[in-house]
Amino acid sequence: MLCQECGERPATLHFTRIVNGEKTELNLCEHCAQEKGHILQDVGNSFSINNLLSGFLNFEPPFHAAPDQNQEQNRCETCGLTYNQFAKSGRFGCSDCYKTFDHKLDPLFRRIHGNTVHSGKVPARTGGQIKLKRELQQLKDDLQRSIAREEFERAAQLRDQIRELEQQISSG
Amino acid sequence: MSLQKFMKDAVSEWMRGKGPESDIVISSRIRIARNLEQHPFPMLATDSQAQSVIDQVLEAAKQKDFKKIGNFELILMENLTALEKRVLMEKHLISPNLAEESRRGAVLLSDNEAVSIMINEEDHIRIQCLFPGFQLKEAWKLGNDIDDIFEKKLNYAFDERRGYLTSCPTNVGTGIRASVMMHLPALVMTQQINRILSAISQVGLVVRGIYGEGSEALGNLFQISNQITLGQSEEEIIDNLESVVRQIVDQERKARQKLLEQSRIQLEDKICRSYGILQNARVMESKEAAQRLSDVRLGIDLGIIRNVSATILNDLMVMTQPGFLQQYSGQKLTPDQRDEKRARLIRERLLLEHHS
Repeated sequence: MLCQECGERPATLHFTRIVNGEKTELNLCEHCAQEKGHILQDVGNSFSINNLLSGFLNFEPPFHAAPDQNQEQNRCETCGLTYNQFAKSGRFGCSDCYKTFDHKLDPLFRRIHGNTVHSGKVPARTGGQIKLKRELQQLKDDLQRSIAREEFERAAQLRDQIRELEQQISSG
Repeated sequence: MSLQKFMKDAVSEWMRGKGPESDIVISSRIRIARNLEQHPFPMLATDSQAQSVIDQVLEAAKQKDFKKIGNFELILMENLTALEKRVLMEKHLISPNLAEESRRGAVLLSDNEAVSIMINEEDHIRIQCLFPGFQLKEAWKLGNDIDDIFEKKLNYAFDERRGYLTSCPTNVGTGIRASVMMHLPALVMTQQINRILSAISQVGLVVRGIYGEGSEALGNLFQISNQITLGQSEEEIIDNLESVVRQIVDQERKARQKLLEQSRIQLEDKICRSYGILQNARVMESKEAAQRLSDVRLGIDLGIIRNVSATILNDLMVMTQPGFLQQYSGQKLTPDQRDEKRARLIRERLLLEHHS
């Protein structure tokens, strides 16, 4: 079938339009369809994860009766990104933005991750203390579990490890 | 160039199709996002700031421990043609974002292409490990090692409460994205796939087509990955994905068995027709190629087609992409020419099987 508009190229796009129960059919080639505006350009790109995120960001929790904040407080001093820009792009400008916009992030993170606090890996060199604290927490959790399961031998081992680690933390 | 020689250069480790459960799990990938302290994220970085990130990563890569991991080559995006970038993308070694939008984008690529470290993508550093088969733990171990080695020299942006800080809030925390590519033809044929996919989305995982966000599930290939990066440990994220993948593998095996028992002749017919078409077609669109290759691969896995190696789905899915076809023919091709080339490449590839 040839395009009913130009009659030159094969019709590759077939539209059926139903308006008030009246059906019209259009058989067009890509070229003519574009010209007549039947193809929406960039449909795929117009809705992205960023749009979704900025939807979350513009969501103000009702209980958040924040005092009037002036524009300056809403701009990251390090990279210059404003909160509005962040809300629009859904991207942070630098790692300090996390501190600058901290008071607005919990609802966002809860929506994306269901959580607001990291519980995974900690950098070994720069995060020394944090890492030990995490390990301590892990051991304490294990201890609770062993006691619940009445594995007392294991619990005693864990208790010793916890003491050792606590000393290490207080001395470091 | 002969196809054999071209393939030798073109095929990455992950496409060779070895590894556990490789009849269903095509590949396993871990991606770790990291950023440097006191540097704006790539989106806002100036040329000199972006260059400084490259320099620091290269410095960190000079460590002995890093050299033990493999031989790496630094490739700058600005030195590549559009076609070369496209080929790297089709092999999943770089992202579209790095290829098209990055400023001073670069990639450190290992010899066997199992590790690619993108620099100045959306985040300063993205360590990616891509393994054949179901090897998430192995991929994570390697990625984690590289991360540790880098951290000896680099000051990562890290916050006690929020974890590793990333440009996009969807990656913050662990910064890891674990994903597996699965071939699920029987679940599609028995129309169970939608039920399974919607269940997956309820446990914090996402499903995508093979070329990432928004891409279609061509050739019954589905990419399943974690969505949550904050509040779960890396091990929890990986265990969670692994257990879901294991269940899907079981379901797919059961569905294959059921198809064999209940409609063997129809299944054989479908598979053998596809095989015949691939061996003889003169024009082949990418969508049809993906579907036929999926059928043939299923036939190989079920013993219906013999003497053809199972890797044809892996390598041909990649090599019949537009970028690869043009690289193979050494010239730009129109879509019509590509369909013709694609048909020929597939025929030649299948012929190689009979001679080897």
